[in-house]
Amino acid sequence: MFTAKMMDSVKKVEATRKERMETEPRRMTAEEKEKLLKAYHPDYKEEEFVILKAGPNKGEKVPRELGVLLQARSRIKDTDVDLSSPDYDTDVLIIGGGGAGCAAAIEASKAGAEVLIVTKLRLGDANTMMAEGGIQAADKENDSPQIHYLDALGGGHFANRPLLLKKLVMEAPGALKWLNELGVMFDKDKDGNMITTHGGGTSRKRMHAAADYTGAEIMRVLRDEVLNLPISLADYTSAIELILDEEGRAAGAVLMNMETGELLTARAKTVILATGGAGRLHYQGFPTSNHYGATADGLVLAYRAGAKLLYQDTLQYHPTGVAFPEQIYGALVTEKVRSLGAMLVNAGGEAFMHPLETRDVSAASIIRECANGKGVVTPLGKGIWLDTPMIDLIHGKGTLEKRLPGMLRMYLKYEIDMRKTPILIYPTLHYQNGGIEIGADCQSTIENLFVAGEAVGGIHGRNRLMGNSLLDIIVFGRNAGTCAARRVKDIHTGKLTLAHIREMEEECQRAGIVTDKISPLLLPKYARTAGQL
Amino acid sequence: MNDMITVYLFGKKYTVPSNLTIMGAMEYAGYQLVRGCGCRCGFCGACATIYRIKGDRELKTCLACQTQVRENMYVATLPFFPLVKEVYDINEVPVNEQVMMELYPEIYKCIGCAACTKSCPQGLDTMQYIAYAQRGELEKCAEESFDCVMCGICSSRCPAGISHPQVGLLARRITGKYLAPEARHLTNRVREVEAGDFTELIEAIMAKPLEELKNLYNTREIEK
Repeated sequence: MFTAKMMDSVKKVEATRKERMETEPRRMTAEEKEKLLKAYHPDYKEEEFVILKAGPNKGEKVPRELGVLLQARSRIKDTDVDLSSPDYDTDVLIIGGGGAGCAAAIEASKAGAEVLIVTKLRLGDANTMMAEGGIQAADKENDSPQIHYLDALGGGHFANRPLLLKKLVMEAPGALKWLNELGVMFDKDKDGNMITTHGGGTSRKRMHAAADYTGAEIMRVLRDEVLNLPISLADYTSAIELILDEEGRAAGAVLMNMETGELLTARAKTVILATGGAGRLHYQGFPTSNHYGATADGLVLAYRAGAKLLYQDTLQYHPTGVAFPEQIYGALVTEKVRSLGAMLVNAGGEAFMHPLETRDVSAASIIRECANGKGVVTPLGKGIWLDTPMIDLIHGKGTLEKRLPGMLRMYLKYEIDMRKTPILIYPTLHYQNGGIEIGADCQSTIENLFVAGEAVGGIHGRNRLMGNSLLDIIVFGRNAGTCAARRVKDIHTGKLTLAHIREMEEECQRAGIVTDKISPLLLPKYARTAGQL
Repeated sequence: MNDMITVYLFGKKYTVPSNLTIMGAMEYAGYQLVRGCGCRCGFCGACATIYRIKGDRELKTCLACQTQVRENMYVATLPFFPLVKEVYDINEVPVNEQVMMELYPEIYKCIGCAACTKSCPQGLDTMQYIAYAQRGELEKCAEESFDCVMCGICSSRCPAGISHPQVGLLARRITGKYLAPEARHLTNRVREVEAGDFTELIEAIMAKPLEELKNLYNTREIEK
C-alpha cells in the first residue's frame, strides 16, 4: 500500500494522464543523450572504478568490486588437488546451467559429444529464468537483420564487435524457430503470427514474448530438454578454478560441492563457460534484478587462467526496478510495461522523457529526476512513477492482466493493483554488458575455452537492447556447444596443471596488491551475522 | 520504524524486523542460504515454503521471497521435492491424451481433493489443469498451467502422487510445438536467411564507415 504522501503524488500523475496520452514525448538527440549519460549514468562515475594492476587486462578500468575479485586469492593452492585421477572425465564440460549452458549442452550432445554440466545451484537457476519481457528477431515483413543490426549497434554506442553482432542478428530467426520447435509457447495470434512489440531503442516491433514469463518459459523448456537427453549433470557443484594443460589450453575445472565443501576435479577436452552475470556484486550499492548466483565467477576463473576481458567497465542498470514496496526492492519491472505504452512520470506528474529510449539513457534520466528533487521519497530512497493504468486505457481492459500476469501478481501481494495505480520504480543493476572476449566461434583467448551468454563481452557493445540477451544465450549457447563438440575429435589433452593460480598470485604480489579477499565469490554474503560454524 | 516480531524458523525462535520477507528474515537470523534460494523474484520456484501461524490450525504455503513475515509464524522451507520427471522425445510424442496415459498415468488417480489448487503460491487452478490433461485437452492444460514456477508444493500436498508441474510442462511443450498455429513469417524468414537473401545487405551495412552508421542510426525511421 502506498503512503498518503505517495497518494498525493499519484493524484498529480492521474491529473496529467489524459493530456499525456494525446502526445508522444519527444526522443532525445544524440548530443542530449551523450550529455545526460556523462552527467548521470553510473558507468561515468570515475571514483567507482579501479585500474587493474595484474592479469591480461592490466592497466584497464573495472568496477571497484570486480577489481577486488579479479585480483583476489584463489580458494586453493595449485598443489591442493590431485590432478592425476579426475573425478569426472568428459568431452565437453559446461560450467553454468542457465539458458546459455543448456542450449550449449543440447547442441554438444546432439553433435555426439559426451557432456557434463556443473552448476552451483539447481539446473535453470539463472538470469534467463527471470528475463520477463521478450526476445528479439527480425522476422516480420517490414523488418530485416540489417535493421536489427543498426538498432543494436546504435544502442551499443557503436562498440559492438561487428562479427558477433552479425551472428546475433542473422541467426535470430533461426534461434526463435529452434525454440518454437522445442515447444516454447510464444504469444501468437489465431493465424500464428507472433505478437510483437517495441523495446527501448528498437525501430521495428520485433520483441517476441511469452506473456511476461518469456525467460522462464524458455528456461523451463531448455531444462526439460537437457533432462531428456543423455547429458550428465552435477548440481550444487561450483567450478572454483579452470584447469589448463601444459600447452595452456583449457582442460577441465576444479569443482566444489556447495553443501559439503568437498573438492573434485573434472577433466574435459573442451570447456564452455556459461556462468552469467554479476548483479549480486551490487556495484555502486545498487539493488539488483539478478539471480542469487550472479557473482561474476566465470570472469574470475577465466581471468586467472589468462583470458582477456572486454568492456568489463560497462554495466546495465535497468531503468525500472521496484522502488517500493521494500520487500521486492530492486526486482525487475519488465520493459514490456513501457512497450505496452506506460510512461515514466515524475512526482509532479510530468512525462520527462520518451518511455522507449535505450536502457542507459532511460536509467540516467530517472536518476537525474530523482537527483533534482523530482522523485517520490520511499523508505529506501527515491523513485519515479511508471504509469501502468495507461496500458488498459490504450489496449483495452484486461490487457495488463493477460500480457503482464507476473508483474500484476507480484504487486498484488503487496496490495498494489497496477491496473489502477501507477507503480514506483528506480534503476536496478541488471546486466553485465562486458565480459570475456570471444571470436565468432565463441572461443576465448585461451584455446579450448568457449564462452556463451552474459559472461561474454562484445556482442552488445556498451549497452544492450531489451530482448537481445535471451537471443544471445540461444545463438551463442548453441554455437558454443557446436564448436566445442566439433573440437573434441582433434584433442589429446596433455598433462593437467594449475600453475596459473600461482603465477597470477605472484603477479599480484609483484604489483603490490595486498589482499585477504578470496574469489570466486560463488554466493553473495547476505547473512547478517557472521557465524562461527 | 519497523517493529520487531517473533518467527520460528524450523521451530526455532528468532526476533526479526516485521518488514522483511521470509527469505530476508532467514538471512537476518544469520542463515547463509545455499538451497531454497534462487531468483528472489518469484519466478524460479526455489523457495517453496510451508508455514502456520501460531494458534491457527491451517498449514499455508508460499514462496519465501514473495511473502512478508508475520507475528508467530512457524516456517519450514521445501528446497527440494522428488517430482517424477519422465524422459521422452518431443519429436515422437503422441499429440493427444495418449501421451499423458503413457508418461504420467497417475493423473487418473486424482481424487479431486483440490489440495494442489489450494496450495499453489501462484494462485493457479492446479486441479483443473490436471483435469484438462486427463481429458487430453492439452492446450487448455498449457494455458491454465502457464504461470507455474515448478516449486513442487502441489505435489507435496497430493495424496495421489501426481507431479503436477511436469504434467503442465509436457502439455505446454506439445502446445508450443504442435498445437499452436505455425508462425509462417518466421518459417519464411529463416528460409530467406539460409538462402542468402540478407547476406549482401548485412555485409553492406557492416562495411559502412562509423560516421555514416551514426547518421543512419540517428535518422532511422521508427515504426509507430
